[in-house]
Amino acid sequence: MSIGHTLLGLLESGPRHGYDLKRAFDEKFGHDRPLHYGQVYSTMSRLLKNGLVEVDGIEAGGGPERKRYAITDAGITDVERWLATPEAPEPYLQSTLYTKIVLALLTHRDAADILDTQRAEHLRMMRILTDRKRKGDLADQLICDHALFHLEADLRWLELTAARLDKLAEAVAK
Amino acid sequence: MKSRQWVRDLAMGVRFAFAGGREGWTRALLTAVGVGLGVALLLITTAIPNALSARDKRSSDRDDFTYSAKRLPKADDTLLIANADTTFRSKDIRGRLVEPEGVKAPLPPGVAKFPAKGEMVASPALKKLLESDSGKLLRERYPYRIVATIDKPGLIGPAELAFYAGTTGLENHLSNGYVERIDYFGPSPNHTPDKLDPVLILLIMIIFVVLLLPVGVFIAAAVRFGGERRDRRLAALRLVGADGRMARRIAGGEALAGALLGLVLGTLFFLAARQSASVLVVRNVSVFPSDLNPSPALVALVAVAVPAAAVLVTLFALRGVVIEPLGVVRTAKPPRRRLWWRLLLPLGGLALLYPMMGQGNDNGSFNEWMVIGGTVLLLIGVTALLPWVVEAVVARLNSGSVSWQLAVRRLQLSSGTAARMVNGIAVAVAGAIALQMLFAGVEHDYTKSTDNDLNRAQMQVSLRSDVPLAEVGGALSGTKGVRHASALSLGSVGEKAKNPDNSLEVAVGSCAELREVARLASCRDGDVFRITGGEYGDKAKEFTTPGRTVYFDPRYDDQPSHTASWKVTPGVLTAEGREDPTGYERGGLLFTPGALPASAQAGLSPMVYVSLNQSVPDARDYVRNTAARLDPLSETFDLASSETSLQFKPIRNGLFVGATCVLVLIGASLLVSQLEQLRERKKLLSSLVAFGTRRRTLSLSVLWQTAIPIALGLLLASVVGLTLGAVLLRMTGESVTIDWASVLSMTGIGAGVVLAVTLLSLPPLLRLMRPDGLRTE
Amino acid sequence: MTPAGSLLVADALHKSYGPTTALDGAEFSIHPGEVVAVMGPSGSGKSTLLHCLAGIVTPDSGSILYNGREMATMSDAERSQLRRSEFGFVFQFGQLVPELTCVENVALPLRLNGTSRKAAEKAALTWMERLEVDDLGKKRPGEVSGGQGQRVAVARALVTDPRVLFADEPTGALDSLNGERVMELLTDAARTTNAAVVLVTHEARVAAYSDREIVVRDGKSRDMERVV
Repeated sequence: MSIGHTLLGLLESGPRHGYDLKRAFDEKFGHDRPLHYGQVYSTMSRLLKNGLVEVDGIEAGGGPERKRYAITDAGITDVERWLATPEAPEPYLQSTLYTKIVLALLTHRDAADILDTQRAEHLRMMRILTDRKRKGDLADQLICDHALFHLEADLRWLELTAARLDKLAEAVAK
Repeated sequence: MKSRQWVRDLAMGVRFAFAGGREGWTRALLTAVGVGLGVALLLITTAIPNALSARDKRSSDRDDFTYSAKRLPKADDTLLIANADTTFRSKDIRGRLVEPEGVKAPLPPGVAKFPAKGEMVASPALKKLLESDSGKLLRERYPYRIVATIDKPGLIGPAELAFYAGTTGLENHLSNGYVERIDYFGPSPNHTPDKLDPVLILLIMIIFVVLLLPVGVFIAAAVRFGGERRDRRLAALRLVGADGRMARRIAGGEALAGALLGLVLGTLFFLAARQSASVLVVRNVSVFPSDLNPSPALVALVAVAVPAAAVLVTLFALRGVVIEPLGVVRTAKPPRRRLWWRLLLPLGGLALLYPMMGQGNDNGSFNEWMVIGGTVLLLIGVTALLPWVVEAVVARLNSGSVSWQLAVRRLQLSSGTAARMVNGIAVAVAGAIALQMLFAGVEHDYTKSTDNDLNRAQMQVSLRSDVPLAEVGGALSGTKGVRHASALSLGSVGEKAKNPDNSLEVAVGSCAELREVARLASCRDGDVFRITGGEYGDKAKEFTTPGRTVYFDPRYDDQPSHTASWKVTPGVLTAEGREDPTGYERGGLLFTPGALPASAQAGLSPMVYVSLNQSVPDARDYVRNTAARLDPLSETFDLASSETSLQFKPIRNGLFVGATCVLVLIGASLLVSQLEQLRERKKLLSSLVAFGTRRRTLSLSVLWQTAIPIALGLLLASVVGLTLGAVLLRMTGESVTIDWASVLSMTGIGAGVVLAVTLLSLPPLLRLMRPDGLRTE
Repeated sequence: MTPAGSLLVADALHKSYGPTTALDGAEFSIHPGEVVAVMGPSGSGKSTLLHCLAGIVTPDSGSILYNGREMATMSDAERSQLRRSEFGFVFQFGQLVPELTCVENVALPLRLNGTSRKAAEKAALTWMERLEVDDLGKKRPGEVSGGQGQRVAVARALVTDPRVLFADEPTGALDSLNGERVMELLTDAARTTNAAVVLVTHEARVAAYSDREIVVRDGKSRDMERVV
């Protein structure tokens, strides 16, 4: 995820202090990983350097210096361009799980066991997410659903692989 | 242009009917079997008149008793023939003794060569009976050897029991009425066939309407078999681009396929039924298969009308249905059924019948078309009213057990289907009730109640004159199964030997036997009595003036007789008349044996009242055997409390057979649609069982589901049937009385059909309720 | 072998339909208030396991103990009685009686148990309220959507306060949004009444509503709890 573009986008509704930006980001997007202050300030200075934001004013206060940032026209154009550019779909071609299965087969270990263990682990995670989804608000539900669908896809792959384990063993043995 | 479109769509439907895989075939076959049964019944019904007329024709072709006053002289081409009809158990046997008087004597139809004395030519059925164990008793009656069988032209039915036996010496009995000299077989020249009386013609017309109408209703229902699956197929057709009208026509084509196949099956069923007609004996009536030929015009009508009706019924049935590409939508709330036009039908029927009220007893002719039209309208009114009645009643039904609720709710959603299933039964029952009522009303016109006193005797045996009375009485008294036999000799005395015009009855017997026919104050052998009072009391007094001579067995000049004279002795006692066991109160003279001139004996013929021990099986047949041994020309009569007119019997039989066939047929169709409905609910039934529904609850709901519409149908049928019956009775001029027994028995048969259908659908229902229905994998 | 406190325990279940083996030594156990998912590929025997556990189908061999009673020794009538009063059922589709209104459908199990019509329909309405379908009372199943119909079915399964609720692909015919709502309502309702839920499904996201899962493969069961 591009933190720079996200912060820029948050500035579009009006100028904000760095601290406000972090709070808004955490609230909306940082469910699992809150931003560090350092990250905010280093990102903002990069954006400032590129002319995508400008300093709207500085409030002198007790603590650290409090700059208020505002987005520039160039910044708005940049956000627009970012939103319009589709994300490259994840190809998922590098799979640790696949590697584990093939290795298990090559070394004559029980690959089915690995699949089942993984399956149980996936479902455990899905249960946690489902539970959170039930207690959370709409944002929580959407985030969890996103994860659940991905986990479900993994699970379906696990099931399919379990069903084809014999064929895979033959292919690997060649 | 348009007709070509029609043909194309219908043809496509026909193809679909057979190309739909196993399911399509099953449906087409189901329809075909239903239609086929209907067609077979139609063909049989249309063939029956022909069969009956063929029977009549052969029956009159072998007529031998002309009862003409003219007497034929003995010649080269004459035949003496005597009636030897008898009864074995409950079966009638037509018997004739024949004695050809020359080489050109006419052969009876179906007989190749005259049997010689001691030989007989028997019908195949009689031959079989005589050769079987059960015919052992009958064999004793016929001291003849079977030398040939009677061929078809001489028989009215394949199961008819008939024979011709050779004999000699018949000429002596020519004057007695049961021996005749003939020179040809066939109806006498002045013979006019018995004209059926208009009331009987009315009955026959109504029977046909009553039998054929339910068949029509049934065929209409049969082409709708499997409707729900067909709907799905039609929706699929719409999805690939057929328009609504095309889909309808294709549906019509499918029905057409079933109907055409049904025609083929119907013909096969008919041929099979025709073949089995030879083994089927319904109350003494059997029919030759070759006589069962429907008239070509009627066959053509059936062949055209049935398929056409199939298409029309389907199109009519789909009128409230919208066929959408994604499914068939029955307009969610079908328009409420209206009552007024449904009432028009029966009212119209009544209007047609009304002008003929009371026509049966005076000029005696009915307008056939008005009778048939009125009856048809009244009965069709049942099928029009029933859906309305079912809908109206079912909508008001409510609380009750779970099974009741399931059934009622189902009926509320599809009362039309339910009503349609019952329509056939309702029409049949309504018609049958009306007919039974008509029968019951008309019956005493055609049934004479007799005056027989069954407490005194149950049989009467009459013999020829030359068997001695003592021998007759002794033989019959000693016969197995006889409790008591009173033998009398009967004859007449006249005032002149050669003129029987002025004569009186004479009975001769012992005092005890004479007391059976008169009240005697005192009696000894040698007494003579005259019966006072009654029609002949005065004449008897006149005849017994002392010194007068009267003559036994008076005959006209040219007839052989055994005339004997008796000079009246003084001391003729008086006796009062008494009804004999047959209810006859005789007049005239009574002689004890000691008083009778010996020469008078020959001119008398014995007659015996036989009282039976009813607990002895075949007692009547032992008596008949003894009588036949004493005299082959003897006649025995069963005394019964009533006699039914002969014309009436076959009509009634026809109704019973027909009504039973129709009800069984409709029961079969009910069963088929019931099973189809159950199959479609397989999944639901299984899930209901899963959550613990008792099988009894589901079975009961199936019963209610059939029983509610049938109960309503039978109720309506009773009302319409009684109305029609009352109108028909008024037409014949009879007083209207409701024959509750027949109402009960007809509704009982209808209810029996429901019960049978429910019972028969239970095993499949229980099978469907097994948890297999839940398996989806 | 029997886990302590189990409500329904099955051991060494075998069942064949003709030549096909549906169950080949399957095991199962469930506690009150527990939601157990039964997963597995199509044709693995998971529906047969459910039918055996619910006493709809008698296994060829093996034992099923409900509340300490052996189901194999019960008569058909006893098992029907058990299903009426102690179990509830939800299937994928085709389970509502099309002629009855929704409230009559929900009231049906109570009426089968002999409750009066009025009381049964009153109880049915309370349950329909909890499943948010009380406004459908007078409609027939054909007139409501799939999700609504399934909720009516859940209400019907719960109306007798069953101790075990058997759900066979309850969301199979629904989209994911409706399916999840049904699952939420179903598991919530089961938890509040402390009913055990046997949930047959092939969808992982539906199974995620369970506390525990069992995988059936080739008629054999595997408790995934013990795998981890």
